[in-house]
Amino acid sequence: MTGPRQLARALAVACLCAIAPLAAPAVQPDEMLADPALEQRARALSLEMRCPVCRNQSIDDSNAELARDLRVLIRERLVAGDSDAEVIDYLVARYGAYILLRPQIGANTLLLWLAPALMLGAAFAGFSILWRHKRPSPEPEALSEEERAILARALGQGAGQGAAQGDGP
Amino acid sequence: MAGGIRKSVLIPVAVFVLIGGALLALASSGGREVAGEGYLDRPLPEFAQPPLIGDERGLAASDIRGEVALINVFASWCAVCLSEHPMLMRLAEEEEVALYGLNWRDRPGAGRRFLDRHGDPYVATGEDAAGRLGAQLAVTGVPETYLVDAEGRIRYRHVGALTERVWQEVLRPLIREIEKPS
Repeated sequence: MTGPRQLARALAVACLCAIAPLAAPAVQPDEMLADPALEQRARALSLEMRCPVCRNQSIDDSNAELARDLRVLIRERLVAGDSDAEVIDYLVARYGAYILLRPQIGANTLLLWLAPALMLGAAFAGFSILWRHKRPSPEPEALSEEERAILARALGQGAGQGAAQGDGP
Repeated sequence: MAGGIRKSVLIPVAVFVLIGGALLALASSGGREVAGEGYLDRPLPEFAQPPLIGDERGLAASDIRGEVALINVFASWCAVCLSEHPMLMRLAEEEEVALYGLNWRDRPGAGRRFLDRHGDPYVATGEDAAGRLGAQLAVTGVPETYLVDAEGRIRYRHVGALTERVWQEVLRPLIREIEKPS
């Protein structure tokens, strides 16, 4: 039993090893700031910024030259004394809200943020309406006198036929 | 009973149409956000780019003020730039608009060689080897062309080749509109 398990473990380790380099940030040593506190802020900001040419990767992650340019730009702004918010405003002013990996809550993104709750609410409302309408249906209406007579006749006939068939050769 | 069945079919359809319609309306309204659009109608950043190797003058923001101009971002390694180059040469020859060049992320000397070989349509060209000005302008690739008004504000940004059609249908009408005395 240890054979397959060991194999699986070895495979898992191999996969992790293969993925590990991808998880490493793209920041090059020559980009880094001497001041560790500023560098820390630059890294944190970089993680929140979308690389404009890589769809869903932060500029901290991306090896694209453009991402590097933006990392350098962020560091320049920080060294110039900008606050984190000022750096973000600076980039949003130039690249649009698209640069932010996490959309801000605003008038044009409110629906985006509320959509999951709204849809869940709509689904609950829809199901509760459905169930309320379904409940009475399992109780069948009582048969009228006329219907009962028809049923009795039909059943009587069916039984008679069945007996006749059963008696046949 | 027949009415009930029809209603149970109609409700999901109605909800679907309602949600679809709302999303469509939202998507086609002003929600379109493209990288770089945030820079529209803002002034050019202050910059003074060095000249291409072999040139005497580079390109500074102050060179461009005072007239409607196009800033064309190009690189020698960019095939689409080569394809739009004849169009730029034509615009320069017919003096349709002042055309400035920004040689983006190119090797030293490559920009000048490119212009010597294919013709130089630019009034002046600056070098942005490190992409520093590019990052401030929100350049996301080459070629890109910025339309700047006389006050030095960016009025339009075209991503991709500047074709005859883009010129006729977008840039020239926009330039006419900007130049029109209001």
